[in-house]
Amino acid sequence: MRTALVSRPLIPSELLAEVAAPANGAAILFVGSVRELNEGRSVSGIEYDAYGPMAEREMTAIVREAVVAFDTPHIVVEHRVGHLDVGEASVVIAVAHPRRAQAYEASRFVIEQLKRRVPIWKREEYLDGSREWVDPTAGPPVLPAVLPSVHP
Amino acid sequence: MTVSALLFASYADVLGRRSVALELSAGATVADALNEIRALPGGERLPAQPLVAVNLKYARATQVLASGDEMAVIPPVAGG
Repeated sequence: MRTALVSRPLIPSELLAEVAAPANGAAILFVGSVRELNEGRSVSGIEYDAYGPMAEREMTAIVREAVVAFDTPHIVVEHRVGHLDVGEASVVIAVAHPRRAQAYEASRFVIEQLKRRVPIWKREEYLDGSREWVDPTAGPPVLPAVLPSVHP
Repeated sequence: MTVSALLFASYADVLGRRSVALELSAGATVADALNEIRALPGGERLPAQPLVAVNLKYARATQVLASGDEMAVIPPVAGG
């Protein structure tokens, strides 16, 4: 198992190779990438920010939980920070397991927990030049993203 | 005692800074620290109960802080 927060482009095939082992009958590669359209707005890029030391800690904790729950040590996760263009990979999760069912489940577990717990934020940049922090807790429509005010 | 508080993303924007050194009384809690942050310009725009971490772990508002702790106010996370 391995996790990393990196500021260079991700290379999914390298993570897939890293989890390969003769005992594994299945390998799952999840690649999350920047999409060109979000909530109906044209996205030109995303800036990812993170609380680095805590993000690394939470990612490690999640992968440790998955290693135990799904019984495979072959899980590798990398998340990128900094500026990404549309189409670039922001997160890669590679899981290998003797059986495909557990490989799929472990991969899903890691991405769902990562989205819920790891202190990483993204600011979308739109074609019209504006940019906004994404708040997944503020169901659609979320634009413009504003913080709840304590004043009426 | 002094506790440093880190601010990120939208919270750093509304407060116009990424960190603040808080002078707190002995026995102060996370909630006390949040009240100090709310008193700063822009602090009134923080939500009522933001997520907080102390020394890299998510913490409750009732957690008592110690001198030298690193507290972080965590906006809704959006990784992946």
